Amino acid sequence: MTESSAITPEQVEHLASLSRIAMGEDELKSLAGDLSTILSNVARVNEVAGDDVPATSHPIALSNVLRPDVVGETLTNEQALASAPASADEKFLVPQILGEE
Amino acid sequence: MKYEDAIKKYDPVIGIEVHVELGTATKMFDAAPNTFGGGPNTNITPTSLGLPGSLPVVNEKGVEYAIKIGLALGCEIAETCRFARKNYFYPDVPKDFQTSQSDEPIAAEGQVEIELEDGTMFTIPVERAHMEEDAGKNTHIGGATGRIHGADHSLVDYNRAGVPLVEIVTHPITGTGDRAAEVASTYVRTLRDIFRALDVSEARMEQGNVRADVNVSLRESPDAPLGTRTETKNVNSFRSIERAVRYEIARQATRLEAGEKIVQETRHFHEGTGETSSGRPKSDADDYRYFPEPDLVPLVPSRDWVEELRATLPELPAQKRRRLAGVWGFSDLEMRDVVNAGLLEAIEDTVSAGAKPAAARKWWTGEVARLANQKEQHPTELVTPDQVAALIGLINDGKLNDKLAKDVLTAVADGEGEPAEVMSARGLEIVEDTGALEAAVEEAIAANPDVVEKIKGGKMQAIGALMGPIMKATRGQADAGKAKDLILAKING
Amino acid sequence: MSELINKSALELAAGLKAGEFSSVAVTQAHLDRIHATEADFGSFITVTDELALETAKSVDAKRSAGEEVHALAGVPVALKDLIVTEGVATTAASKMLENWVPPYESTVHNKVKAAGLPVLGKTNLDEFAMGSTTEHSAFGITRNPWNLEHVPGGSSGGAAAALAGFQAPLSVGTDTGGSVRQPAAFTGTVGVKPTYGSISRFGIIAMASSLDQVGPMGRNVADAAALHELLAGHDPLDSTSLPDPVAGFVSAAQTSNLGGKKLGVIKQLRGEGYQDGVRDVFSTALDVAAAAGAEIVEVDCPSISYALDAYYLLMPSEVSSNLARYDGMRYGLRVEPESGPVTAETVMAATRAAGFGDEVKRRIILGTYALSAGYYDAYYGSAQKIRTLVQNDFTKAFESCDVLVSPTAPTTALKFGAEAASDPMALYLGDVATIPANLAGIPGLSLPAGLADGLPVGFQILAPARQDVKMYEVAGPLEAALEASGTRVLDTLAEGLTTK
Repeated sequence: MTESSAITPEQVEHLASLSRIAMGEDELKSLAGDLSTILSNVARVNEVAGDDVPATSHPIALSNVLRPDVVGETLTNEQALASAPASADEKFLVPQILGEE
Repeated sequence: MKYEDAIKKYDPVIGIEVHVELGTATKMFDAAPNTFGGGPNTNITPTSLGLPGSLPVVNEKGVEYAIKIGLALGCEIAETCRFARKNYFYPDVPKDFQTSQSDEPIAAEGQVEIELEDGTMFTIPVERAHMEEDAGKNTHIGGATGRIHGADHSLVDYNRAGVPLVEIVTHPITGTGDRAAEVASTYVRTLRDIFRALDVSEARMEQGNVRADVNVSLRESPDAPLGTRTETKNVNSFRSIERAVRYEIARQATRLEAGEKIVQETRHFHEGTGETSSGRPKSDADDYRYFPEPDLVPLVPSRDWVEELRATLPELPAQKRRRLAGVWGFSDLEMRDVVNAGLLEAIEDTVSAGAKPAAARKWWTGEVARLANQKEQHPTELVTPDQVAALIGLINDGKLNDKLAKDVLTAVADGEGEPAEVMSARGLEIVEDTGALEAAVEEAIAANPDVVEKIKGGKMQAIGALMGPIMKATRGQADAGKAKDLILAKING
Repeated sequence: MSELINKSALELAAGLKAGEFSSVAVTQAHLDRIHATEADFGSFITVTDELALETAKSVDAKRSAGEEVHALAGVPVALKDLIVTEGVATTAASKMLENWVPPYESTVHNKVKAAGLPVLGKTNLDEFAMGSTTEHSAFGITRNPWNLEHVPGGSSGGAAAALAGFQAPLSVGTDTGGSVRQPAAFTGTVGVKPTYGSISRFGIIAMASSLDQVGPMGRNVADAAALHELLAGHDPLDSTSLPDPVAGFVSAAQTSNLGGKKLGVIKQLRGEGYQDGVRDVFSTALDVAAAAGAEIVEVDCPSISYALDAYYLLMPSEVSSNLARYDGMRYGLRVEPESGPVTAETVMAATRAAGFGDEVKRRIILGTYALSAGYYDAYYGSAQKIRTLVQNDFTKAFESCDVLVSPTAPTTALKFGAEAASDPMALYLGDVATIPANLAGIPGLSLPAGLADGLPVGFQILAPARQDVKMYEVAGPLEAALEASGTRVLDTLAEGLTTK
């Protein structure tokens, strides 16, 4: 494992926060080890392809897939809320939101 | 530090991000109706709710509108572009990522010419216009109303989630000097007018169809590097935009004066106080991890399509003003008064109905505006262009003079009928009976021998002194031109 | 054991058409088999007896009334529980969606319903299709019918076990990096990963959108081809769905001639480091193919050496974004934090901590890292370039052969718990032969080629993108040639089951 790809538990903590997963110390530590192993194995992708190689985001090249602006079938309010963990006044009830976008 | 002092000491740089909701029939990536109102959580499909397994498909009309906006802003339309995912967690974002465009916007590098109140023109450099989707709406309840802090919980309605947006981002706007605030609000107003002219959005600020984020930074001088900026989010009226910019300039100057640093952060504008308050600092949490949206394929607008759309572009407000000013022969000042009074269309329609541009301008910005002001209404709510054109026609036909026409206009504005009807009903038509006029003229000449001498002596202005008595005798219905001819004929005959 | 469960899907279809038996009888026989063996196999998360029999009855009624029905009407099928079924719980084998009943229908299930295939139930998988053993299901493991101490592979382990265990004649799985082909190899069945975009992804719970593809599975090539024909076709609800016409898969699979076909053995996937038995079976199968008239050539695809690395950056990146929506706000699990303030943010974090298993979390964290500012170009960007290189290698390779071939997996089915003992990369290596097809979007198929130490070995055939038919043109006659040479993999198992 190269030094540069070693991931610290602190880094994992930050990643866990970015991906909204609560994690304990043990989990952070064990994931840091896993990530370091995986990254040290895959890090060489960096060395293979030069600037002249284009990136492929889609395996099959399609373009201009567009939909006519015509209203289709919608869900009813009951259908939408049927699986909601909590709801009130025909809306999804969520815990208080701190911080704003 | 006051704004006036701050602006003397520092050079402001502003940047504006405008979001406009497109007036398509459906959402950007699914076939849910894009309509305002309706019951909560009913204008939704599995895709707008982000249900597992749901997929997006791009709305062709949304792309068309985005291209039109790009063209109207003088942008280059990308040969190829992609959608990207902007990843962040928030309850009103159903997929916990927003489908947007990152480094491949559909339109880039344009400019918008704006005209400030005094006629100064200013060019706003546009960096990009890109497509994205709106989020749902949160209602915070349980705590202080409408505010996030103190709320026990929130209710989310996803009807708005997925509504097509175009975001227009400026380059840093420099060189505004003390007019930064006015430039900001005028720019957004100009965009609003463009959206309406393009018919791509209702563009109602009060409905949130158009929302602006305003970036402000200060620097010591125009040569200095850009200072740290703040971004005041969701400023939703022209007046608020102006106030927010003024407040930020004053606030930042005060901090700088005190030797403090400006914190790069988002800020919130408060309508009540006109102040901004700290939102959250820019941080690692803003790592949106953009990557190309794998569920959508690249968009390659054909040049034919782009040119087709360019051909359908209506005349934009600024172009129209320039053209009409030329055709009508109005001075810059006159044109500005017309535009600022919101009378451009009324005058255009009045001219279409047969009136001369000068007369149309004179009546709309003069008597109609005065009456409207008294009634606290807009001039166009008072009378129609057809009515004003008809009134001008009666004057040209010699049936009304200006004074009588004002009386007729007042009555028309009061709903008494069309100009010709009001004129007849009230007996305001200019007296055609030459006998009565001749009698009045003779009486006036006889009663004023000294005036007659002056006229004989070549002082033509003295005729005015005879007009008073003549008008009085004819109860104002005399045609001033005819009376003048008669006076001269009698004196010199 | 009823003889109805021993029949292939096309045999059942023929019998149903000829009126030899009813769909109700066929469906009931499979349901009986499921109930008799589920305690051993654990192939299903949900068994939908009533729904299946209802469909069967309706198809029987239509047939009796002389109505035109689909060729496969009345033949039962099992769906991987990653496929949305309106009104039937769809869990993705995750606690996150334990009680989620979708209010809408997937295109795959719509097609299955329209064609009148009774759906026996929803099969088990690794949580959100992440894994290659089906041990990562929140609802228990699935066992390999060949040997209950061994895994059935994954992530479509339930789908494959249902076929191998004669619980279903047809299965629909999904394949992101080998999740159909590898379990097919481990269970002696046939698994197909069509060209990306061949089958609609609308209503398929996403793992990695640019790699995911629905995979038809059966006990023989023609059955899988028939299911592929049924499921494929353009879907306006999926932007990546191909507009190509669908025809000829079954007839291609039923051609009997390998003569003149060029099979390119991928140098990089020849079997270095593979289990001996796997190498032997693969080598024997090549001999059988050559004896049947095929030409065997070796092709070089150097970029394939980097495919696994690229995959383990691209896949988790897309996973981290696709799985963000499971936040406890709109549907599924919601968990409040045990201590501290209860806010949307803390509830999201607690929900995701409780609802996701370790492997899912590991991939989300890895993907979040790969997409992070500062790392994007080095990881995600570079991986996308390798994707281009792999595609180029395949394009070049297909210039000198009709199809490319390799062992499907380096090993036969592992024993339970083998993964826990190794580092995460060791298990990922099991996907080395299957991943390149997903990166390039090309079609791939695994068919059983023989047994090694009593467990099946898969033979993979890859074809050029949008030419799935070429894959069947080789797979069909190869299967026939292998059977003719005495390799009848599933019959071995069927005999074992009959005597059980």
